[in-house]
Amino acid sequence: MDLKRQASAPLYEAIERFRKKRIVPFDVPGHKRGRGNPELVDLLGERCVGIDVNSMKPLDNLCHPVSVIKEAEELTADAFGAEHAFFMVGGTTQAVQNMVLSVCKAGDEIIVPRNVHKSVINALILCGAIPVYLNTEINAKLGIVLGVTVEQVEKTIQEHPRAVAVLVNNPTYYGICSDIKGICDIAHSYGLKVLADEAHGTHLYFGDNLPMNSMKAGADMAAISMHKSGGSLTQSSILLTNNGMNADYVQTIINITQTTSASYLLMTSLDISRRNLALRGRQSFAKVSEWSQYARDEINSIGGYYAYGKELVNGGTVYDYDVTKLCVYTRDIGLDGIEVYDILRDEYDIQIEFGDIGNIMAYISIGDRIQDIERLVGALAEISRIYSKEEKRFEVDRQMLLPRVLASPQEAFYAEKIKMPIRDTKGHISGEFVMAYPPGIPILAPGEEITEEIIDYIQYSVEKGCSMQGMEDSALEYLNVLKI
Amino acid sequence: MEFWFSELHSPHVKFDIRVEKQLFSGKSDYQRIDVFESPEFGKFLTLNGSVIFSEQDCFIYNEMVVHVPMAVHPDVKNVLIIGGGDGGVSKELLQYDNIENIDIVEQDSMFVDVCKEYFPETSIGLDDERVHIYNYDALRFLRSKMNEYDLIINDATDPFGASEGLFTREFYGSCYKALKDDGILVYQHGSPFYDEDEDACRSMHKKVFHTFPISRVYQAHIPTSPSGYWLFGFASKKYHPLKDFKADEWKKRDIYTEYYTTNLHTGAFMLPKYVEELLEQEEK
Repeated sequence: MDLKRQASAPLYEAIERFRKKRIVPFDVPGHKRGRGNPELVDLLGERCVGIDVNSMKPLDNLCHPVSVIKEAEELTADAFGAEHAFFMVGGTTQAVQNMVLSVCKAGDEIIVPRNVHKSVINALILCGAIPVYLNTEINAKLGIVLGVTVEQVEKTIQEHPRAVAVLVNNPTYYGICSDIKGICDIAHSYGLKVLADEAHGTHLYFGDNLPMNSMKAGADMAAISMHKSGGSLTQSSILLTNNGMNADYVQTIINITQTTSASYLLMTSLDISRRNLALRGRQSFAKVSEWSQYARDEINSIGGYYAYGKELVNGGTVYDYDVTKLCVYTRDIGLDGIEVYDILRDEYDIQIEFGDIGNIMAYISIGDRIQDIERLVGALAEISRIYSKEEKRFEVDRQMLLPRVLASPQEAFYAEKIKMPIRDTKGHISGEFVMAYPPGIPILAPGEEITEEIIDYIQYSVEKGCSMQGMEDSALEYLNVLKI
Repeated sequence: MEFWFSELHSPHVKFDIRVEKQLFSGKSDYQRIDVFESPEFGKFLTLNGSVIFSEQDCFIYNEMVVHVPMAVHPDVKNVLIIGGGDGGVSKELLQYDNIENIDIVEQDSMFVDVCKEYFPETSIGLDDERVHIYNYDALRFLRSKMNEYDLIINDATDPFGASEGLFTREFYGSCYKALKDDGILVYQHGSPFYDEDEDACRSMHKKVFHTFPISRVYQAHIPTSPSGYWLFGFASKKYHPLKDFKADEWKKRDIYTEYYTTNLHTGAFMLPKYVEELLEQEEK
C-alpha cells in the first residue's frame, strides 16, 4: 500500500470542487440541491442534499468509470491488496451476488458452507448453478455454526468434479474464521476459484493481530461490507478481484443489476472511508480490539455470562477468532439472547446488533466511546442482578443432516408447487427453506430431497423449542413441495 | 471593552455573564474545561460551555445535596460522591463527625487539578484523611460494590455530556446495589422548565422511581442553572425524606449553613403543581 497516494481521495475532492462551482442543475435528481423538497433539507441538511447529484463528466460514472471513480477504485484496490476494486451501492448482498454470477453459469456447481447467506442462494436462482453444501459443525453449547476445514473442502472437491468455485465466510457473523489460506491453496490446486464473503471482515485488512484477510490468503474475489466495520454509509460496499480475474467481465456482470443512478453520497463515503482506513485504520482497530477485550473481561467477571474469544480456536473448525467481535452467551443466567437484547433496548436504551436464542452480539467499532462500553457492561450486570432466572438451556446437535440436491435453486424456484402435510412429504422435493434457530442453518433448502430423517429432525427441532423460519406455514404443519 | 460568557439554556434562551478575564482553558480526555473571573458570580467553572458552579452560588446545591439526607439518615458513616471533584460536597460533609469515610469517584483528573488550582477554598474538602479520590468511570467503580454505602451523592449535572452514563437506569440500579439496606441516594435532578430539560427530568424520575421503593424530588433556587430553578432527587430503600426527618437532632449538631434550614427542608419538598404533575405522569 502506497501511503502517500492513499492520503488523497479523488472522488471526495471532485465532489468538493463541484460544490464550490455552483453549477445550475437542469438534470436529475429533481429536488435540485433540495430546493424542491424543503422537508428533506430540514432532515438531512443542505450539504447532504447539495451533493446528491447525478453522474456527470467531472464526477465520472460508476457503470463505466474513467476518471475520479476509477482513481478512487484503484486506490481502494491498493489499500486492500487487490488487483481491482468495484464500488457497490446495492449493499454487500449485491457484491456477493456479483461474485457468484462472475464465476458460475447454469449447471455449474459451487461449494458453499451450509450456513451461507441467503444472497448466495438468490444468486443461484438467477444463474442456475447448483450448490454443494459443506457440512458445518456446530458448537453445541453456544449453538453457533463453526467454520469449515481444509480436509472437508478437498473431499468435497474430489466428490464434485463439476464444481467451479468455493465460497467462504471470513469471518462469520460471530467472528469464526476458517483456514482461508489453506482453502485457497487446495481449491486452486484443483483449478477452482475462491470467493470470500467478508461482509464482517473489512477490518481484517487494517489491523494487527487479526485473522488473515482473503486477498492476502490468495482468494480470487471478496465482498467487503465497508459500511459495517469500515465506517462508510449504510448500503455502500466493495467487490475485490485478484489473480488476474477479468475486471471488464466482472464490470459487465455488475452492470446487469446495478443502478445507472448510483448515489454520490454512498460512493463518496466509500472514498473517504478507504482513506481513513488506510491512514488510521491500524490505530483505530487496535483500539476496537482493546475495548472489545476490556468488555469481554468485564462481562466475564460479572458471572453467569460467557463472552467468548480466542479460546475457541481449535486449529480446525475454529481456525481463528476475530477479537473485535463481542458475542456473549447468556443462557446461563436463564435468559435467551433475544430476551437480553429486548431488555437492553426497552429498559436501558441500548441497541445491540442482535440476539439469538443463546447469544447476544454488541457491535464494537471505530465510532465507540469507552463510557458507552461501561454503560453496556453496567446494564448487563444489572440485567443479571434483576432478571436472571433458573437455568434453561438445551444443546443443539453438533452435526446437521446434509440432504441431496435434486433440483437447482432456479428450477425449484420457478417450479409449480403444492402444499402437503409435512408427514406425507417423504420422497418429495422441497420448494422452500426450513431453518431452525439456533443454529440458523437450513434443514431444507429449495430443491432438496425430503427424507424420513429430515421430517423427524424438523419435528424434533420444533419440540425442543427452536424458532423455525423460512417457510410459508409458520406452524410447519404443511410444506410446499415441487409438483412432479 | 465588553467581555461576556454566553450559555444557551434552551435553543432560544441565552444566559450571559460579564467576564473580567478567562483564567483557564483546557481539554481533558473527557471534556473541555474553562475557568472565568466575573464581577457578579466571582470565579466560575464551565464544562463543554455549561456553567458547573460559581463561587457565589455553589453553596446552595452543596448544602442541599448534603444536609437533606444527613438530617434524615440517623447514622451516616460511609459516603460515596460521584463526580465531586471540586470538593464542595465533601467539604460540607466533613462537618459531620460521624462520617468515617468519603469516596469520591471523579474520572477526570484534570478537573480535580483545575479545581485545586483555581478554587482552593472549595477543594480543601478533598484534603481530609477521610476522603479518597478514585479516577474511575463511575459505572465501573460501582460494579463491584454491594451493600457498602449509607449515602451516595451523584454530583454530576449534565445528562447530555461526558457524564451521560450517570443518568441511566444501569447507573441507578448500580447505586441501589451499592447502598446498604437503609441507604440513601441523592442526585442532581436538573431543571424542569425548558422543554429539553423537562424531558431529561422526566426520564430521570421514571428510572429512579422504578428502581427505589422511595423516590421524592425537592427543589432549590440556583441562579446559574437554566431558568434559575433546580431539582434534586432523594431515593432511598427505607427512609422517607419527611416522615423520617429528624429536625431536632440535626439542629443539635450545630452545623454551619447559609442556605439550608430545617424549615426549608420541609418546604423544599413542596413542589409547584406543574412539577408535581410531570413527575406523577412518570410514576405510572
